[in-house]
Amino acid sequence: MKLPSMRNPFSVALCGLTATPALAADLSVTLQVPPIDTAEYHRPYVAVWLEREDRSVASQLALWYQQKRGGPAAAAPPMGPAAEGGTKWLPDLRQWWRRGGREMSLPADGVSGATRAVGEYELSFSQGRAPLGDLAPGAYKLVVEAAREDGGREVLDIPFQWPVKTTTPLKAQGKSELGAVTLLLKP
Amino acid sequence: MTSRKHSIKTQALLTAAALLLPLAAQAHKPWLAPSKTVLSVGQWVTVDAAASTVPFVRDHNAMRLDNLAITAPDGRSVAPDNTASGKLRSTFDLQLTQPGTYRIAMLNGGISASWQDNGQTRRYPPRGQPFNTAEFANAVPATATGLKVSQSIGRLETYVTAGKPSVGALKPTGRGLELAPVTAFNDLYVGERATFQLLIDGKPAQGVEVELIADGARYRDAVGEVMLKTDGNGQFSVEWPQPGLYYLSASITDDKAEKPATERRSSYAGVFEVLSP
Repeated sequence: MKLPSMRNPFSVALCGLTATPALAADLSVTLQVPPIDTAEYHRPYVAVWLEREDRSVASQLALWYQQKRGGPAAAAPPMGPAAEGGTKWLPDLRQWWRRGGREMSLPADGVSGATRAVGEYELSFSQGRAPLGDLAPGAYKLVVEAAREDGGREVLDIPFQWPVKTTTPLKAQGKSELGAVTLLLKP
Repeated sequence: MTSRKHSIKTQALLTAAALLLPLAAQAHKPWLAPSKTVLSVGQWVTVDAAASTVPFVRDHNAMRLDNLAITAPDGRSVAPDNTASGKLRSTFDLQLTQPGTYRIAMLNGGISASWQDNGQTRRYPPRGQPFNTAEFANAVPATATGLKVSQSIGRLETYVTAGKPSVGALKPTGRGLELAPVTAFNDLYVGERATFQLLIDGKPAQGVEVELIADGARYRDAVGEVMLKTDGNGQFSVEWPQPGLYYLSASITDDKAEKPATERRSSYAGVFEVLSP
């Protein structure tokens, strides 16, 4: 608890090193893609990201979308790589799109992936490592958005403070396109 | 009966002639209706263009596409694809090959004169024809009274964006009424106040009334227009009550006309898409 003296920059550096346990802090997101009883089911597009209080994006955590479109059209797109690719529907994740999605180049390493079937998925992130990066202490919101072709759209958010002193589970419950979303914060 | 029939016939003729000068008929609002405005690179949009009493209701006349000017995010002009004109609306397609905001504009303008002669109102030029100064001098008889020569500059625009909104295509031309974004034109959401700036000849247009009409008027009992006013900096802000297309318009009349016109009417109309957050 000794305060580092200004005269001794080394002690500041050491103090920084002793603070490394914070770098091991974890954040994990469990989300459910709920079963939906419909004649024509398409897997939802899902985006997961962290927002600061001013709604700027702190970190893009995950994006599930249809990366390749089936059928002969996919083999020879009429014009441009994205003419009829799965990126066409990304603006339907309306919040994600304006919160940085529209500026991302896809596919994004460690963030984007294929759409997922109905089920529960756990995504784990570590402080200091991509895609979470170095999350500065402060107030954040975890945002999960899902949009489904021939279906609806749902956005859930979970506000939280970072870092945490004790393991903190937080939860939000979807009503249509998302099931339960839990955020587990570890010191 | 005879006179009534006659007037209906005249009306029909005038309406037919009005097709040639789409923005001249002020009673009918010219509008553009883009299929979407927030897209990703490579996507297509289709746009309808028509004029009707209530914006977006396809029940009057198609708009001619001769004066269509599309500016890409890099500032270059691009041509529309698949242009077609039906009875009630024209249409064209556009592929957004560049990231950024495209400006789709319909520009209209010209000089027209009216006067009284032998108790009748006369006009020059005949509808659909350009104004010719020499011809105009001969067209007005010495017995004419109440000569009024006015210039009009009409601008109708809509905007579509692939990816992140940009301003490269939105540089003001400095002529007539124009709108500049403070809030990006394709970043509009219910519950968020948007601010725009109205410019006249590139300078803030102060104290100008702006009318806002939401799509769907056909399914309401009233058009429900909202009147706004620009402040000292030409700015005004809008709170969108619901998602959908909006028709925003303003006009001013001043004496900065090109000769031989003595008054100038500048108008701007813009179509914006508002999304739910």
